[in-house]
Amino acid sequence: MSIDHSLFPETMPSNPERATLEGKNKFMGLWFFLGGETVLFACLFGIYIALKNSTAGGPSSTDLFGLELVFFMTVLLLSSSLTSVYAMYHMRNNDFKKMMLWLGITGLLGIGFLACEIYEFAHYIIDYDFTFRSSAFGSAFYALVGFHGGHVIFGISWLIVLMIRNARRGLNLYNAPKFNTFSLYWHFIDVVWVFVFTVVYLMGMVS
Amino acid sequence: MVNQANTEEKVNAYEQERNKEEMKKQVISFALMIVLTLISFGLVASGHLESIFAIPILLMMAIIQVGFQFYYFMHLKDKGHGMPATLIYGGVWAALLTLAGLGVISWW
Repeated sequence: MSIDHSLFPETMPSNPERATLEGKNKFMGLWFFLGGETVLFACLFGIYIALKNSTAGGPSSTDLFGLELVFFMTVLLLSSSLTSVYAMYHMRNNDFKKMMLWLGITGLLGIGFLACEIYEFAHYIIDYDFTFRSSAFGSAFYALVGFHGGHVIFGISWLIVLMIRNARRGLNLYNAPKFNTFSLYWHFIDVVWVFVFTVVYLMGMVS
Repeated sequence: MVNQANTEEKVNAYEQERNKEEMKKQVISFALMIVLTLISFGLVASGHLESIFAIPILLMMAIIQVGFQFYYFMHLKDKGHGMPATLIYGGVWAALLTLAGLGVISWW
């Protein structure tokens, strides 16, 4: 099937995101990328775990972290993962408007998450004077959590570009793989966040 | 390449029913993920557990939750996902080696 094949009910393939060669390649390419990302984040987590007690007399994880904000951020990101599932559900049912609506909600939840993270970093820097240069713990913390936040920024920018570019195009086999690729990436951001809140925040609070 | 597909029309009833079934599973996994998150935060907030017990439990919760994310939200359980699973498990394997290596140079 060619990529400019429109999605009409009588010809709708069951998986529009993988019906074309380009779609298959995008799908496989993104999973390959996610395998690489796993290793990248493993390095950052390993560094964080190794350096988290090297506070150089500065604030430690138990002094800094608060559970309420982290819980709120977790709920925001987990919900945005579900809303992007909704968007892909509407894509498979060939409902372009509802797909765009749910992608929009996903983006807003992502922006909410990012706002909380910026507030959190500002709070640490202003109230605790805890920066990237404070200690090895500071460097490792901002590198790991900041890298995750950077992925969120990239994801939101990607989503905005995708939505604007395809706003008047409708759903077809050319852009269905693009939306699906974004959605997989967005789920992966939530996967990384599950380990961030577990390893950094929760494990930082118990020890 | 730009075509105005008529998106008002719907896909056939069979597909729709199948997608609905899938959606139900995904909503259930979302609920379970929220429950796992609540348990993890509750465990830490209560502050009763020693870290030697709490840390393995927290890691278990995280791994189960990520399993739901991969298998249900990212469809790794579906047909035609053998290669993606290989790529991700390859990544996880390399990640474990990386963590083991960093662990050895930090604490050995």
